[in-house]
Amino acid sequence: MQKILRESGHLVRLALVLAAGFLIFMAVRAAIVPKSFGQYGHYRGAVLEEIRAKPISFAGRATCEVCHDEVAKTKSEGKHAGLGCEACHGPSAAHTEDPTTNHAFKPNPATLCVRCHEADRARPKTFPQVTSKDHANGMSCGDCHKPHSPKI
Amino acid sequence: MPGVDGFMYPNEVELQWSILIVLYPYLTGLVAGAFILASLARVFNVKEVQPTYRIALLTALAFLLVAPLPLQLHLGHPERSIEMYLTPHKTSAMAMFGFVYLWYLLIVLLMEIWLDYRKDIVILSRTKTGFMRLVYRILTLGSQNISEESRRVDDRVGLIVTIIGIPSAFLLHGYVGFIFGSVKANPWWSTPLMPVVFLFSAMVSGIATVLLVYQVVNKLRGQPVHMFCLDAIAKYLFYVFVIDFSLEMLDLVHRIYESDESFRSLDFMVHTKLYFSQIILQIMLGTLVPLVLLGANQVMKFGESTRRKMYTVAGILTMIGIFAMRWNVVIGGQLFSKSFLGYTTYKVEFATREGLLPAIALLLLPLGILWVLLKLLPPGEEEQTA
Ligand code: HEC
Ligand code: HEC
Ligand code: HEC
Ligand code: HEC
Repeated sequence: MQKILRESGHLVRLALVLAAGFLIFMAVRAAIVPKSFGQYGHYRGAVLEEIRAKPISFAGRATCEVCHDEVAKTKSEGKHAGLGCEACHGPSAAHTEDPTTNHAFKPNPATLCVRCHEADRARPKTFPQVTSKDHANGMSCGDCHKPHSPKI
Repeated sequence: MPGVDGFMYPNEVELQWSILIVLYPYLTGLVAGAFILASLARVFNVKEVQPTYRIALLTALAFLLVAPLPLQLHLGHPERSIEMYLTPHKTSAMAMFGFVYLWYLLIVLLMEIWLDYRKDIVILSRTKTGFMRLVYRILTLGSQNISEESRRVDDRVGLIVTIIGIPSAFLLHGYVGFIFGSVKANPWWSTPLMPVVFLFSAMVSGIATVLLVYQVVNKLRGQPVHMFCLDAIAKYLFYVFVIDFSLEMLDLVHRIYESDESFRSLDFMVHTKLYFSQIILQIMLGTLVPLVLLGANQVMKFGESTRRKMYTVAGILTMIGIFAMRWNVVIGGQLFSKSFLGYTTYKVEFATREGLLPAIALLLLPLGILWVLLKLLPPGEEEQTA
């Protein structure tokens, strides 16, 4: 037994090298992995605070409707009632805070409408779709449809 | 839409898993196969394949070192791969595979090679000079003990490592099959037979690699290429290949008989888009021809140089066939629509990050590494022959 121990000194060295590697790994891990990792799940817990601290870019349609009640009314009576204002106007939180200096974006119907209505086999069959080449014949969709109440 | 026949969902038109993902199971397969052949020599003490023992180990190491690279290239951001170890994700099969890989590399392969080469390393650390001396000195870990007794200890421990290594090699490659086999949404992949088929095809390709590498390496080193050794490897290749082929046929028959809702679609694919790579390359050229060549040798006696040629041709065709098999699994599984009503096309790019060029480079890289390893750890003269 004694002899075997003496003759396996190199294996002890190998074990030490592996153990050292493992310890270095654990040290690196302790140093690198963020403290809040795993606090709630497989992600950095602190990230929730960081995301919360980010500036808000969407205001939500309820906010828009406070000032633009006529548009809201037109829209709620038309086929686009279900759409949020910012689905077409883009993120407009800055505009709601100071409407006169931050102008809201006014989308161009010629390019906006086809984003949702261009005929595409992947869309549900019940969704209204047109082939714009045949349907609009080069005119802007806005020439015939009113964006807030599109049904003619 | 160009390249699309019938109906495809929008997210199916472009393939996500490219030729690099074909390469990955191919490379790990070679590792597992080469290692299993080496273990055979050791655990079951098969004298005939002893001359290939060290070459097989070094081949396995060379390919194992390259195996993760196609994944890194495919995913991008290689610096993030360390996260897999730092914050292990216990319910992700792909993430846990990192540990299987690490275990196999450190505990099985490097350990076994080190134990086997320890005597050579110590001797080299005494005879070499300059920088290489330093390298070997570091590799000895500071122990110059190469007494009979210590070698016996090495041999014992090495045997244990090998015995642990065999299931590890099975795990290494079975795991790759598991990843595909467990994608339940994809009928081309989802079968419990997948890990088993992957495993046996891994052994086939690994043994074929050693068959070829052994001849080339010993030619280049000016060492004899023993016919008894080639005969033995060819015999194993044949038997493992027969099992592999039967399993694949079992899978096929099962699919045909079961004929579930995906069958017509997949069957159509095999007869059109995959006809060349599956029927011609994988089954005809890559399986039946080598099986006939190897099988003929089991029942008839050919002259030495004829045998050598037959084995080499069989080996090369096998390598191509197994590559085609990986291709058909990985690419084939993405060519059809989940609606079973349409098919897309995979167009291999050339000099892009996931193109043909990096794929070829990644196939050649292990050979370069093998060359360095053979220089660093020469397999030695005929000391291990039967
Ligand atoms: C605090 C009241 C207020 C709120 C809330 C508000 N707006 Fe306005 N909005 C205004 C005023 C005032 C104008 C006219 C000044 C101007 O020309 O920019 C205006 C103009 C607009 C215009 C026309 C801009 C132009 O160039 O003609 C659009 C589009 C618009 N708002 C969209 C929105 C949307 C979308 C929201 C919700 C995210 C919203 N607004 C919320 C007050 C508001
Ligand atoms: C379907 C897309 C769409 C939606 C949803 C939408 N808008 Fe508009 N909106 C437009 C387009 C397009 C214009 C520009 C019309 C033009 O240039 O003639 C516009 C113009 C405006 C204007 C400028 C005045 C006018 O009437 O031309 C205001 C104000 C406005 N929208 C407010 C809103 C508010 C508030 C909501 C939510 C209640 C809303 N919009 C929802 C597409 C939309
Ligand atoms: C964000 C997506 C979106 C955009 C952009 C959009 N629409 Fe719509 N549209 C809808 C939805 C949703 C409906 C309601 C469909 C339904 O009732 O099922 C609708 C309904 C309609 C309808 C009524 C169809 C019917 O049922 O008769 C018309 C017309 C229409 N849109 C025209 C337009 C025009 C013109 C524009 C450009 C100014 C536009 N849409 C932009 C989503 C959009
Ligand atoms: C020349 C005027 C004109 C133009 C320009 C025009 N439309 Fe229309 N659109 C109509 C009329 C009229 C209808 C209602 C009759 C119908 O259903 O065919 C209609 C109906 C629709 C419908 C409902 C179709 C359905 O199946 O219920 C959609 C969606 C629509 N248009 C989208 C667009 C879009 C998007 C554009 C811009 C590319 C556009 N339209 C441009 C006149 C026009």
